[in-house]
Amino acid sequence: MSATTTAPKPGSTALPAFRPSMKVPLSLGILALVALVFFGFLGPDQTAEMKISDAGDAVAVPALMIPGQVGGVVFGILLLAMAAYSIYLWTQGERSPKWLPIAFAVVFVFALLVWIVAGARQPSISLAGLVAGSVTLAVPLVFGSLSGVLCERVGVVNIAIEGQLLGGAFTAALVATMTGSPYIGLIAAAAAGAAVSMVLAVFSIKYLVNQIIVGVVLNVLVSGITGFLYGTLMVPNKEQFNTPGRLDILPIPLLSDIPIIGPILFEQSIAGYLMYIAVAVVWFGLFKTRWGLRVRAVGEHPQAADTLGINVNATRFWNVTLGGAIAGIGGAVFTLVTIDTFTKDISGGRGFIALAALIFGRWNPIGAFLASLLFGFAYNLQSIIGIIGTPVPSQFMAMLPYLVTIFAVAGLVGKSRPPAASGIPYVKG
Amino acid sequence: MTENSQSKNEQTPAQPAEDQPAEDLSAEDQSTADLRAADVSLDTAGGMLEPSIVPVSSQSGGSGPQSSSLVRRIVMGNGFVSVLAVIVALFLGGLLIASTDAQVAKTAGYLFARPTDFLSALWAAMTESYVALFQGSIFNPRQGLQPLLETMTVATPLICAGLGVALAFRAGLFNIGAQGQIIISATLAAYVGFAWHLPFGLHLLVVIIMGVLGGAFWGAIVGILKARTGAHEVIVTIMLNYVALFLLDFLLNTAAFRRPGDSSPISPRLDESATFPVLIPGSRLHVGFLVAIALTYGVWWLLNRSTIGFEFRAVGANPVAARTAGVKVSRATILVMAMAGALAAFGGIAQVAGTEKVLTGGVAAQIGFDAITVALLGRSTPWGTFFAGLLFGAFRAGAVQMQIQTGTPIDIVLVVQSLIVLFIAAPPLIKSIFRLEPKKKNKTPKAAPKAALVNASGGAK
Repeated sequence: MSATTTAPKPGSTALPAFRPSMKVPLSLGILALVALVFFGFLGPDQTAEMKISDAGDAVAVPALMIPGQVGGVVFGILLLAMAAYSIYLWTQGERSPKWLPIAFAVVFVFALLVWIVAGARQPSISLAGLVAGSVTLAVPLVFGSLSGVLCERVGVVNIAIEGQLLGGAFTAALVATMTGSPYIGLIAAAAAGAAVSMVLAVFSIKYLVNQIIVGVVLNVLVSGITGFLYGTLMVPNKEQFNTPGRLDILPIPLLSDIPIIGPILFEQSIAGYLMYIAVAVVWFGLFKTRWGLRVRAVGEHPQAADTLGINVNATRFWNVTLGGAIAGIGGAVFTLVTIDTFTKDISGGRGFIALAALIFGRWNPIGAFLASLLFGFAYNLQSIIGIIGTPVPSQFMAMLPYLVTIFAVAGLVGKSRPPAASGIPYVKG
Repeated sequence: MTENSQSKNEQTPAQPAEDQPAEDLSAEDQSTADLRAADVSLDTAGGMLEPSIVPVSSQSGGSGPQSSSLVRRIVMGNGFVSVLAVIVALFLGGLLIASTDAQVAKTAGYLFARPTDFLSALWAAMTESYVALFQGSIFNPRQGLQPLLETMTVATPLICAGLGVALAFRAGLFNIGAQGQIIISATLAAYVGFAWHLPFGLHLLVVIIMGVLGGAFWGAIVGILKARTGAHEVIVTIMLNYVALFLLDFLLNTAAFRRPGDSSPISPRLDESATFPVLIPGSRLHVGFLVAIALTYGVWWLLNRSTIGFEFRAVGANPVAARTAGVKVSRATILVMAMAGALAAFGGIAQVAGTEKVLTGGVAAQIGFDAITVALLGRSTPWGTFFAGLLFGAFRAGAVQMQIQTGTPIDIVLVVQSLIVLFIAAPPLIKSIFRLEPKKKNKTPKAAPKAALVNASGGAK
């Protein structure tokens, strides 16, 4: 009985037998019915206008006009068909393919969007603006959830994403102002995020303090320190400490003129491009390289990894640090891209949404990226709802990411399983 | 390994039968501090059982082994470390205050020419804020002990919510959701407080019942999800906090919760009959504080004297063994989360029916998050939580005065609080700072946690 570390995680239940769970087909079926009834039969009868290109764009694309009720019925039937396919696969004893829930989610969200817009006082939105805004809001979430993925994959629970984002945001503003260069601010933000992460790593790996406690406490600590310094330095001397300027938007010629995807992919600041690179690199690194194999081994079964000569705690330390640096860059987005000043608690709980995104994305960089986009979309929709005026209160839109996450961890929407050794410190011997 | 599992098999069936004597034994211990008694009976069921063999860490569900062993270490760590942790945290907080002080910066410029100037400026900057903190929270010449009453008022919800977090900790569950539980209970309690008009006495009772039901419901959701689906309680509680926050925001924007003819998100004032009577005229201290004391005693009784409490602790110490011994683990999980929610609910009730008397979006302030640090500082024992709540209440109450007098931002309190908890959670760190342990060169921090772990697993090896 090698002490407290070896205990296998009893977890929720034993491994399921080779019969796929019917939770996925069942929940897809219910959601499809809900969509058909509420968005379709009970749907609004106005026509929703979705503008794709703005007036000044080089390529003009006509707006999508979707009648509320008919559109709802069509989407509902489409969703039902996907649910039926999933149920068919289940009866054949097969799992639903991975793309199915994603495709289902996309259609469902679009149906929801049509329903909201068609029911609004002013049934018209700019689809391009909506999507671009969603991506902008999602950038810090993506960085934050990537940090979470890196930490959890190596067996350290990172509740401190919020603190890393906030630390990054503060440092970026401070350093960018003092040096006069937002790029140096961006680097400093990464360093600050890494520093927060190192505290998490030292306390949880060296002192074996519970990782969740360290994470929770670190969030408070960073909030306290940044709030204190904001009050004593930045408020009295705004010019000197809190005017960081912005990272330049670097549009790629021609490509950035493509409707919808142009502004998303090719008209970003350096932080935006870094986001796409980071997602790709983390995915490639984790799943296609020797380093990633080691990282995952440490996160799933540290004893085995140790037996093979991997230094478990060093791997954990550096991975957690790297994760912090990534989250720090995400924090810099708040103060160098979105707006150009730091305010108290500017991250406003985004770290926890990033945590939610990482769980919803099933501890996978691509999944976390898509989940972050979805949550960014929910964020953006929430503010648009306020503008166009719909019967749906914006607060319920705001709740959506959190509710979806609860459903996800409860296993109602597929099964999300964390790395086996996540949260468990490793003591050799 | 085999020996261990054998002896486990031998002793566990006997456990339910020994349940009763175990309680009697710990009753004999009444003279010793409850903390100690709790530990002894937790470890060995009052001496009837051998120390647990299966590591504490193998608890069910996602929260992972470390949580309960940490909880046990928190419970078992010595009080001296807590005091030292508070001192170190205050000192570091003082350094942070001094680092932004103009006088300190000026004297640092000629540090080597006249170091005494620098040191005295440093000392002045550090003490000035803390003196103001003390004057705002305990005693000052102008108001006498009036600030202490304010401290007790602020501490009331902290204690209640802290008890909720501590109770869940003892059952091996991380209740990060006190914030949401406070919000839901405050919302329900406030609604019946201003919308219903009932006779004196009955009204307050209804307010309390509705609040407690709300908090217990919000907590029970977590317990049910954890017990039925294995959903990690930390994630669920964090998410439910936000759901509760937006729900409150939504409700405050409906006509039912607003004042007639006023569009700002603030509820009408609660009826006089729905509020806690003021204890000492001239202060805000209300009967809720007495309720908090009663709850502290109640939780102590529950944990150390009742069968349910024994089951909770058994589940927290080792859910596998508890299940073998006949404890219904999932029932205990749901029950403990509902009770934790109910305790946190008293924090929400104290806010709306005692301190604030209206419902606003910020009714829960940071109480739910402070409650976590309160429970950790109190090492998850009821009376420890009570005094930790008083301490953090003092910080909160004094910080307002400190900001007015010295301009030191309130956030310094967050820094000090979180440092305290960090140091308490890592006793080897604080011990190595003060060289409390026999020093082996460079090995102290590494050796200590191992020892602690072996202790925590009941000397498994």
